[in-house]
Amino acid sequence: MIELKDVRKSFNGEEVLKGISTKFETGKVNLVIGSSGHGKSVMMKCMVGLLTPTSGNVFYDDRDFTNLEYSKVREVRKEIGMLFQGTALFDSLTIEENVEFTLKMFTKMSKAERRDRVDFCLEQVDMPGINDKYPSEISGGMQKRVGIARAIALDIKYLLCDEPNSGLDPVTSRLIDELLQSITEEFNITTIINTHDMKTVFDIGDDVIFIYQGYNGWTGKVKDIKHSDNETLKRFIQASQFD
Amino acid sequence: MDYLTWASKIDVCIFTAEMTFFTHFGSYLLFIKGMFSKPEKLSVYIDRTITEMNNIGVGSLSIVVIIAIFQGAVTTLQIAYQLISPLISKPVIGSIVSDSSMLELAPTITCLVLAGKVGSHIASEIGTMRVSEQIDALEVMGINSSGYLALPKIIAGLIMIPALVIISIFLSNVGGIIAGEASGILTSQEYLQGARESFLPYNLFFALVKAVTYAFIITTVSSFQGYTTNGGALEVGASSTKAVVYSAVAILFSDYLLAQLML
Ligand SMILES: Nc1ncnc2c1ncn2[C@@H]1O[C@H](COP(=O)(O)OP(=O)(O)O)[C@@H](O)[C@H]1O
Ligand SMILES: [Mg+2]
Repeated sequence: MIELKDVRKSFNGEEVLKGISTKFETGKVNLVIGSSGHGKSVMMKCMVGLLTPTSGNVFYDDRDFTNLEYSKVREVRKEIGMLFQGTALFDSLTIEENVEFTLKMFTKMSKAERRDRVDFCLEQVDMPGINDKYPSEISGGMQKRVGIARAIALDIKYLLCDEPNSGLDPVTSRLIDELLQSITEEFNITTIINTHDMKTVFDIGDDVIFIYQGYNGWTGKVKDIKHSDNETLKRFIQASQFD
Repeated sequence: MDYLTWASKIDVCIFTAEMTFFTHFGSYLLFIKGMFSKPEKLSVYIDRTITEMNNIGVGSLSIVVIIAIFQGAVTTLQIAYQLISPLISKPVIGSIVSDSSMLELAPTITCLVLAGKVGSHIASEIGTMRVSEQIDALEVMGINSSGYLALPKIIAGLIMIPALVIISIFLSNVGGIIAGEASGILTSQEYLQGARESFLPYNLFFALVKAVTYAFIITTVSSFQGYTTNGGALEVGASSTKAVVYSAVAILFSDYLLAQLML
């Protein structure tokens, strides 16, 4: 479980996150929705410490992440897998070396064990047999899937995805959604997905938080989202193509 | 506008420039401090250091060889030109060329060139990783990204750049001998006699101190510029340029400082 308590973030005096409090439950696909530029990415970066919140706290299963020293922060981060909007694969390494990376850094696995684990992870994302290619040699959708494989290489507890299906065709996009859902259930992890794609929301979401202008605009279950009388949320849903 | 207003404006400008310099220098020092933490896995760091030694050392060998030979050759011709006098014995030319190569030309010129070649490469490599969020990815994995990326390059530089400087010292004498023979100014025996007579082990030590200092400057300044890149492809180019300019200025500044302190 990840919990945010009154998280605020300002850039040069301009407040982008205006006090977000929420809980992301274990074993569920938690969705963060909202229009572009309303603070979803900033919130996710504050959660993993890539940005330091101006005030407020982030808890990982009761560990106050915001106030840990750097060496402890790194310990918590080993339990986090993150999928970046631009994939952020290491472009000087092959796909195998990318997926193998955390195994090599943090485990005592032998070369053969690591290879097995890499193959397992690549199979999980339905991308077997591309071990020796470089990221530049595969398509955007494949890169996203390799990104997921890399994120789950270690036994993680938290999976954070920033717009995992932006820029993908509808078919690949659904595939990624299903993948994230099955991984969440299979490994019982806390998954958080930033998205502005309402199709994703209705396909795989459990709990939803709607970010509007840096505020927590609405929180609830996916099934309740259509009956919400929150005006901005209604407008957001109507504006998205899914209607 | 009267004089006082101007003076205070200039004051403010200087003050701001100073503050910017110290803020940058402060974050540079913090960057270096931040690299040192227990390595996640020593063997990976050693592997990376060896790769970087290959990149920096072997990758720069040919340019260092060319520069050293020409620099020795040109210095010989020039010294001979400046010392036309029957009173000066030929070996003096050899001793001047070998001394100035060791004390100044080989370390400083080699490292200024390496600031361009190695420095720009380091800054653009790390800068590209910064703007494509690869450094963020490392951090979220729980890896000390500055240590992982910069430390192997710095250690490799501290080993390989002094080695390149020693090669450069040796080859600039070879260049001097060749030029002396080819132009008929002095024979190789005369050159070597002069070089041997003026050789001081302390001078070699001084050259190595310089090489180590410059190696540290080139690798840390360039890593820092790359690591603090902010923006996109354009900014990566700008960081790479800054890495070269700042390294070169710092090298010349420390050149003066070391001469003042150690000679
Ligand atoms: N590093 C930064 N410096 C200044 N402003 C930023 C920075 N990162 C994001 N912002 C601003 O924060 C706001 C929210 O951005 P973001 O979280 O990326 O939106 P999104 O919901 O589309 O992910 C935007 O107005 C953006 O300009
Ligand atoms: Mg975003």
